[in-house]
Amino acid sequence: MSLYFTKDHEWISVEGTSATVGITDYAQSQLGDVVFVEVPAAGTAVEKGKEAAVVESVKAASDVYAPVSGEVIEGNAALEADPALVNTAPEGEGWFFKLTLSNPSELDGLMDADAYKTFVDGL
Amino acid sequence: MRYLPLTDADRREMLGVIGAETIDDLFADVPEAARLSGPIEGLPNHASEIAVERQLRALAGRNLVAGEGPFFLGAGAYRHHVPASVDHLIQRGEFLTSYTPYQPEIAQGTLQALFEFQTQVARLYGCDVANASMYDGSTAAWEAIVMARRITRRGKALLSAGLHPHYVSVATTMAKFTGDVLETSIPDLTDGAPGNDLDRLIAAIDGDTSCVVVQNPNILGHVADLSELAARAHEKGALLIAVVTEPVALGAIRSPGEMGADIVVGEGQSLGVGLQFGGPYVGLFATRDKYVRQMPGRLCGETVDASGQRGFVLTLSTREQHIRREKATSNICTNSGLCALAFSIHLSLLGEKGLRDLAALNHAKAVAAAERLVRVPGVELVNGTFFNEFTLRLSKEARPIVRALAEDGILGGVSLGRLYPGVAALANGLVVAVTETVEADDVDELAEALEEALA
Amino acid sequence: MSMNSEGRVTRPETAAPANVDSFTGNKGLMLEEALIFEIGASDRTGVDLPEAPKIASRLGGLEREAPISLPGLSEPEVVRHYTRLSRQNYAIDLGLFPLGSCTMKHNPRLNEKMARLPGFADIHPLQPQETVQGAYALIHLVGEWLVRLTGMAAVAMSPKAGAHGELCGLLAIRSALEARGDARKVILVPESAHGTNPATAAFCGYAVENIPATAEGRVDLEALKARLGPDVAGVMITNPNTCGLFERDMSAISDAVHAAGGFVYCDGANFNAIVGRVRPGDLGIDAMHINLHKTFSTPHGGGGPGSGPVVFSEALAPFAPLPFVEKDGDHYHLVEEETAGEHHADSFGRMVAFHGQMGMFTRAAAYMLSHGADGLRQVSGDAVLNANYVLRSLEDVLDAPFGASGPCMHEALFSDEGLAQGFTTLDVAKGLIDEGFHPMTMYFPLVVHGAMLVEPTETESKAALDQFIGALRSVAERAKAGDPALKAAPVHAPRRRLDETAAARKPVLVWKEPASGGSAAAA
Repeated sequence: MSLYFTKDHEWISVEGTSATVGITDYAQSQLGDVVFVEVPAAGTAVEKGKEAAVVESVKAASDVYAPVSGEVIEGNAALEADPALVNTAPEGEGWFFKLTLSNPSELDGLMDADAYKTFVDGL
Repeated sequence: MRYLPLTDADRREMLGVIGAETIDDLFADVPEAARLSGPIEGLPNHASEIAVERQLRALAGRNLVAGEGPFFLGAGAYRHHVPASVDHLIQRGEFLTSYTPYQPEIAQGTLQALFEFQTQVARLYGCDVANASMYDGSTAAWEAIVMARRITRRGKALLSAGLHPHYVSVATTMAKFTGDVLETSIPDLTDGAPGNDLDRLIAAIDGDTSCVVVQNPNILGHVADLSELAARAHEKGALLIAVVTEPVALGAIRSPGEMGADIVVGEGQSLGVGLQFGGPYVGLFATRDKYVRQMPGRLCGETVDASGQRGFVLTLSTREQHIRREKATSNICTNSGLCALAFSIHLSLLGEKGLRDLAALNHAKAVAAAERLVRVPGVELVNGTFFNEFTLRLSKEARPIVRALAEDGILGGVSLGRLYPGVAALANGLVVAVTETVEADDVDELAEALEEALA
Repeated sequence: MSMNSEGRVTRPETAAPANVDSFTGNKGLMLEEALIFEIGASDRTGVDLPEAPKIASRLGGLEREAPISLPGLSEPEVVRHYTRLSRQNYAIDLGLFPLGSCTMKHNPRLNEKMARLPGFADIHPLQPQETVQGAYALIHLVGEWLVRLTGMAAVAMSPKAGAHGELCGLLAIRSALEARGDARKVILVPESAHGTNPATAAFCGYAVENIPATAEGRVDLEALKARLGPDVAGVMITNPNTCGLFERDMSAISDAVHAAGGFVYCDGANFNAIVGRVRPGDLGIDAMHINLHKTFSTPHGGGGPGSGPVVFSEALAPFAPLPFVEKDGDHYHLVEEETAGEHHADSFGRMVAFHGQMGMFTRAAAYMLSHGADGLRQVSGDAVLNANYVLRSLEDVLDAPFGASGPCMHEALFSDEGLAQGFTTLDVAKGLIDEGFHPMTMYFPLVVHGAMLVEPTETESKAALDQFIGALRSVAERAKAGDPALKAAPVHAPRRRLDETAAARKPVLVWKEPASGGSAAAA
């Protein structure tokens, strides 16, 4: 299993050709209390860098981009009832969706954990 | 000037703090060429209260006031008696001169009133949830069509022939720019059910239809059961949008929500607001719980404060323009807060009993008036069903007759020639509204005047 | 993910003790009030109606049978309920209301009196035109003033509010472009724009692109010029802008946009700063809405009704919406769909039922006539003087990001720079509440971190301004010193900080009967 990060503060955990996507702890801390999450339905085709989900705090609505292209296998239904999971466990139970990668080479441009930490420290 | 507190001494002292010589210096960023050196030409200078009042009273005096003679106009704006306490309360400065409740700790008055308003509207319409108001019924109806497009991801709306022609016009204007497809038609004076096209609408629903928009009672006063239409729309994945221009009717007839409507919108002007020559009015907007995030407009919600006390805040704001910008559900910003308050106060005074009694009184007076008017030679009642408004077919063109009656101080109704200019089949139609403010004598006067005009 | 706003605290960080001082929960004159659903009854009413005559129903069997569940209250209960609620609101009538961009000025009571004359208030929009000549004359009068004050060619009176006016302006632009067969699809909007601008552009089918601002807080003319091209339908500019500055390059912007074949829309929300001193028509503007509730003192009413007439240049005038009032000698008539064909065939159509916010026109007319051309010039002068006085009186204690960009217009902009670690604009705002003031606009414009936008308006006395400046200074100093008590503010308002997070996570938007069946205790 390998973990990658984007400059737009998504993380993607890859196992073979499937992966799980969420937003980072830094992102949730910037958003504040998350009150609503809209995740894509299974079967949705997502494209790298394009809007795939929406996360809302009280005063902000933000698009979550797909780190890579692929087809959504599952959206995290638990977020509908308990959007606070994004705040309490952004890189665990607060994941957004799982997908099948259509082009694994797209992972090449993403950051690893150390690179992302350096990136965030520089913000 | 009576509204400006600063004295010249104040101004000099303040300019000193700022470090400027004159007020004009503060406009240094305005290009010289665009800066005016004195008051704008062609406009009068300031005037006393006495002078302003005299000038405006003179204009007001040139209008025929509804309350000064027999009055039977409706067609989307109704004259009801508004209790004196309503206007007194909305003129309290804390309501009148407050702003959108963005700081909830010091706006609980407005917020609680909105929460009560939302609940009243939802119950009146038979829906789960209502918003904090729209501009008016016509713009609310268009917003409902846009909302149905968002929910169904389909772009064709079927508009009933019985929908107010101005509402149709507003939607038609907007659809030209948004690319929505609208199917519209002109009503006919079918005996017993004028403007009723439910069967035609049912037949027209297809896989591209986002919604069907039906007014009840319709523009010609006909009252219909929308249940079958709702069921058939739902079978095809379309929504039913019901439009109510006369909320008092819902004290007597089943609510659109009960009949299966998914979105109910309308005009709230009848309660608390008054005629006001067309505005400001108050748009009402209600829907099912599951669609709440697709709603336009402000919403007030219940919560608690830091000490655990119940309080209210504006909520689900991420749908709105100030946060979502180009992705907002609508560009609406200001709503019709003070008119919503007037509506809510009037409805609180009425309550269930008062609203039902008021509706019964309206209906009874309308039925009695219709029975009196059809005794006039050359007058036929087109409606089978109606609430407080019905359509008459006259033996002559209605529009000149309405004008002639007005010369005698009788405002006898809205001619269909005014609403549907150029449609010959409707030219003899006259829509007559009868509310609790109409007395039997008024009806007699109208009947006699009509008899004379049609002779 | 995109982040279009900083995360800010939306629920109380400091729990406050429960309100147990009194049996009722009241604190002297601060009175709690339950909901109408908790105090009303379905068989109680505050109106007496005559008995309905007996008739045979014509409702077609659609009688409403199930209860509507509307509570009724007697008149004394209604008067008390709403009077108590009113006292939980801040209002201009109580004090300075410095909400930037909202122009909360005094609402003269003559306006209210005039709007309630039966000759204006009790007339029907579809009355025969001969019976409402005075009403048309009033609408025409207000339109004339707006045309002259703005130096434009025509006015559309029907838009219901500012955002609706924006829509009107953009639809006219799109119509004008389509009339020449030009399908441009992009509207440019500065980063500092009101959220309504991009929302409106999107609502009528345009793609929205941002134009950057310069370091001094104005539109970057060169960047704008670089972006102009055959796909740009127009720009939407707020002038004076939301940073409180006049767009010096406005004429150059207009020229560049026109040269590229586009149109210039001006958001007139801030017209109060320049009314009587600058005519937008002289700056090359093609369309601008005017919020009558801002510049011309119609009351804000806790969130409306507004009124947003739109003035047009010669180029856009033919496309203005229906209906409108035309004067013909001493006679007025309404141009509607029926008569438009004769000489207004290019109109883009109707935007509202009937013809606009008459009640607001009457109020605005009373205000315009009261001030006159000379008074309105003094209005903008005093509004700008008051804002500069606030700016220069506080820039030593609060960061003024554009303080060096010259005089501000009618509003003074500060940022949260220099507040102690963990202290925010929100804390300053809540601290002001305890000082007896409504807070300034916060977190807008988005281009300034932790923005505080103060618009005092011209109807404040110097004494009122001095007291406000003293209060904001005191609160700012506490925020800079990290006074922990400020985190708990407000403590003297009807409510402490409210939990907006909870409200949004589990929305309760209507009142529901408590499950137990008993009435819920008033909180």
